[in-house]
Amino acid sequence: MANRRDQAEQKVLFEGTPEEVRSAMRRYTRRSMVWGTGAVIGSWLGIRWLARAPLEDGIPRPMRAAIRTNESIFNRLFSSSSRTDEYPGRAGEDRTNGDVGLSQDVDLESWALSLMRTGEDPLQIGLDELKRLPRVDMVTELRCIEGWSLIVHWTGVRFADFVEHYAPSAKARKYVALETPDGEYYVGLDIASALHPQTLLCFAMNGEPLTPEHGAPLRLVIPVKYGVKNLKRIGTIAFSDERPKDYWAELGYDWYAGL
Amino acid sequence: MPGDFPSTDSERRTQRTMIVAKHPLAIRWFHWINFPVIMIMSWSGLLIYWANDVYKVNLGGRELFKFFPGWFYAPVFKGFSVHPAGEGENSLFTLDHRLSEGMAWHFLFFWIFVINGVAYVTYLWLSRQWKFLVPTRASFGEAFQVVLHDLRIRKKPLPKKKFNGAQQVAYTGVIVMGLLMVLTGLCMFKPVQFTFLTHLFGSYQNARLIHFVVTLLFVLFFIVHVAQVIRAGWNNFRGMITGKEVVVEEVALGQ
Repeated sequence: MANRRDQAEQKVLFEGTPEEVRSAMRRYTRRSMVWGTGAVIGSWLGIRWLARAPLEDGIPRPMRAAIRTNESIFNRLFSSSSRTDEYPGRAGEDRTNGDVGLSQDVDLESWALSLMRTGEDPLQIGLDELKRLPRVDMVTELRCIEGWSLIVHWTGVRFADFVEHYAPSAKARKYVALETPDGEYYVGLDIASALHPQTLLCFAMNGEPLTPEHGAPLRLVIPVKYGVKNLKRIGTIAFSDERPKDYWAELGYDWYAGL
Repeated sequence: MPGDFPSTDSERRTQRTMIVAKHPLAIRWFHWINFPVIMIMSWSGLLIYWANDVYKVNLGGRELFKFFPGWFYAPVFKGFSVHPAGEGENSLFTLDHRLSEGMAWHFLFFWIFVINGVAYVTYLWLSRQWKFLVPTRASFGEAFQVVLHDLRIRKKPLPKKKFNGAQQVAYTGVIVMGLLMVLTGLCMFKPVQFTFLTHLFGSYQNARLIHFVVTLLFVLFFIVHVAQVIRAGWNNFRGMITGKEVVVEEVALGQ
């Protein structure tokens, strides 16, 4: 009986002698092939246009536009104050990745953070002074843009506390720019992510003072962004209303890089 | 149709030749849009995966296969590189050192994948086409019979209908796979925003592994699907392009 039911569901479009059916089918096929060929050529041209468009910061311009659109869509949908998980008492193995801006030796004794100020000399802040801000311990997952991730125990001070104490008016600015002392590595952050409660200026990792390859004496930890934004060995911090330059964003990556 | 009508030698029989509607236009568009989109998603996914290609198949402590061996990313055939000198970075077949490019393609075309997928499922639902597609309890047993038939173990012909049990299981399964890809993809794209979803899949790294394994299932689906389409022949394949199929039916003309 199943066959009869299937037959009832079949809509007969044409019926005739085998010859008539064959030629009618040929007509239908020709018409579909015209559409099909058009669709294949159209999508081929579209993809080729995408792949060959002039580059903007390392990737074709339409894709850069798509990244910016994604950013504004997801920023509208989501809250920039969402927190990432914390894992008290847990930390994974050590892993080192990325040494741009760390090639010169740093003199930990004379190091001071430079906080850039408009119309004034930069404010020099030593590590001991910075450590007077409330100390925070945080175990979070560091997610690398390459795909791996690690759970790390960080110790430092909140970036928000730092801004509140040293440059409270900067909270009204739109962006933060951080650079290594040699200016080789630099990241830009939107102010909301910088002031996020899990964004730290960090001086110890997994219970030990930072080693040079992990960014001694002071690094940024921002678990709501990819690892590339977690700048090691901070030299200067500046605030601005223009989107600051960003090392990896210039090489084809997403500037926002928010998770 | 044999079995459905009383068949005696004295009966007069004839054939009806006709063109019947098979796949609706909307479904054909959804299907063919998916083809280049899934290709681009798999290819750009590989560009991304290259940056941290950690997955391996181990058996009893021995590594059987690594995803992927070096030749896979930069294929060289018989000493001849597939990309001309100096143009290596832009060749379709070179899959290494292109993470940012992979991410750019992936996060543009995932929109098309999602929109096309949502439109497809919505259409299936509104047009009641899902009735052909969603497996019933009987489909699984029938799917087994189809496999036996395709392996030439079962000799009797299969019942003729739009989608057999194996197709129902496969085509519904691939919708579930698409959903899994989107959900695990969102976990990797915005793990801080989709915390609940990331917990649901276990962890950020688990979501990544599922995303990878389902990709392999997609590749497997693709291979079997194309092989079956080739086997089923031109009339069936043409059905996915024109939406129409030629049907020849034997009919009894009555006593």
